[in-house]
Amino acid sequence: MAADRRSGRRWADFPLAIAMLLPSAVILGVFVVYPLGRAMVLGQQRCDNFGNNCVSNGLDQYVDLFRSIEFQNALGVTFRFALITVPLGVGAGIGFAVLADKYLPRIGSFRTVFSSTVATSVAVASLMWLFLLQPSVGALANMEWFSSIFPSVKDPGWLQDPGTALVAVGLSSVWANLGFTFILVTAGLQSIPRDLHEAAAVDGAGGVRRFWSITVPLLGPTLLFVVVVSTTRAFQAYGEIDILTGGGPQPENPTTTIPYFIYGQNSPIRNDVGLQAGSAVLLFVLLLALSGLQLAGIGRRVHYGD
Amino acid sequence: MAIDLTTEGLEPADRPVTPIDRGPRNAVREFDEPVGWRRVARYGLLAALSVIVLFPIYTTVIAALKPGDEVLDDPLLPTAFTLDVLREAWTSGHLGRYLVNSLVVAVIVTVFQVVTSVLAAYAFAILEFPGKRVLFLLFIATLLVPAEATVVVNFQTVDGLGWTNTFIGLSAPFLATAFGIFLLRQVFMTLPRDLLDAASIDGVGHLGFLRHVAVPLVRPTLGALALFSFLGSWNQYLWPNLVVTEQDMNTVQSGLRLLSKSNVDQPNLVMAGTVIAAVPIFIALFVFQRQLVKGLTAGAVKG
Repeated sequence: MAADRRSGRRWADFPLAIAMLLPSAVILGVFVVYPLGRAMVLGQQRCDNFGNNCVSNGLDQYVDLFRSIEFQNALGVTFRFALITVPLGVGAGIGFAVLADKYLPRIGSFRTVFSSTVATSVAVASLMWLFLLQPSVGALANMEWFSSIFPSVKDPGWLQDPGTALVAVGLSSVWANLGFTFILVTAGLQSIPRDLHEAAAVDGAGGVRRFWSITVPLLGPTLLFVVVVSTTRAFQAYGEIDILTGGGPQPENPTTTIPYFIYGQNSPIRNDVGLQAGSAVLLFVLLLALSGLQLAGIGRRVHYGD
Repeated sequence: MAIDLTTEGLEPADRPVTPIDRGPRNAVREFDEPVGWRRVARYGLLAALSVIVLFPIYTTVIAALKPGDEVLDDPLLPTAFTLDVLREAWTSGHLGRYLVNSLVVAVIVTVFQVVTSVLAAYAFAILEFPGKRVLFLLFIATLLVPAEATVVVNFQTVDGLGWTNTFIGLSAPFLATAFGIFLLRQVFMTLPRDLLDAASIDGVGHLGFLRHVAVPLVRPTLGALALFSFLGSWNQYLWPNLVVTEQDMNTVQSGLRLLSKSNVDQPNLVMAGTVIAAVPIFIALFVFQRQLVKGLTAGAVKG
């Protein structure tokens, strides 16, 4: 009898629960789960030049796509972009946040400044940097002293030089994300109990020692989150590339990341839904593996407290 | 956890009172407060970094306020001042229309995300039903799928429904979010069980409890989620670029892209458009600073 009553209770909320979950389930199902599954199906098909007469090519299609020169280039660019933006962005976020964490009069104004770039969208931030970096009409090129120290900003221009284009886009991206990282790390710093620092200082630990022995370990969960989010963002970079370089300069395409390879204006697969879907699935798998690695690698060493 | 990026403007009652969270303007000197030349050096460094961070914004504003023929003269100094370029960007760039479009889409997305998240989060946090854990994990797993991986098929779906160049097409894929469900579930779980028992003794059902007790109690988190949803929608870039082909349906982001691609030789006009597009969000975030911090840090910091 007791069991009956329990199972009755178990099912009592069921209709209401379904009704409450239904709106989210429909949206997430139609616009996240279905398109992912559909992309997996589309991605293994090989079609003719008009996107017709598709035949299933199984996993081979993914292997072929992955091995193609174009995808390999985009993959390399994406990794380089992440290697530029993630350490620089996370490092800047920590540095700025630690600097502004001291108790000083008016420190709040500096915090507002450092978090201000969170208000810029990718289009706004990229256009600001486009104006900074343009070789003829740009701000840096028209500052005499700056362009005499760095002549390359005027000719050919940092975004126009295949050697510097990706770094220049990366700088703009780091700047645009600084506000977000700064806010996260500042919040993490403020969750560290002050008495720990105070006690360590009483015991004679200096600022550097306290940074490595207290701040960094206790900031662990925040840093893990910041690293994972920054990496994900780097792998999804699209807007800054669209506005700043269009994937170029041609013909090397040193700034064509995977998302730009899939959706960009000059993309060679722009009209091939199968290859687009296949690349999108590869991007998904890549991000999944990367987040997993990061969570396992850094996550294991992160201290979550009690 | 109290996070105060700036304590200016807070009500006295909001001022942090515990020793841990003492604000910057404290009469008692902190043990690690820099003094003497260290203080000067610290301020010097902070000021130098502020200049670097603000530099792209500064040059943008200066360029937007200069007439076209003088924009190249001295990028650092406001040698001339005019509002004509801002006016031109507003009219010829259709930015007013784009701002309204972005606002409409962002409001639709925000309202839907908050409502769908509240409902689903309540079911996961308060209700008991078979398969709850598995369903919850399935919902959360959708967070792992990057938008870039679903856009190809979502475009086909929206196109097939004839929703290109419509507000519903611009917002449809973003009407629910597992992030919001997760966030609200966490706070609903902290509600004391006694409250629900008391409500049910008084004959109040789940929906009444949700509306009159649970939602009012988690209002700060709702605010944070709303701001997060609004910003996420406002900043959408790839999706509007695909779904919008008629000029009048552009959002601020895709409209700004259009403005820049068609006025490459007029940097001050493009910068004026950039300023117009940026100002509303700068103001909004200044007003809602604390909700923003709460929203952004919700997933990151324990506590």
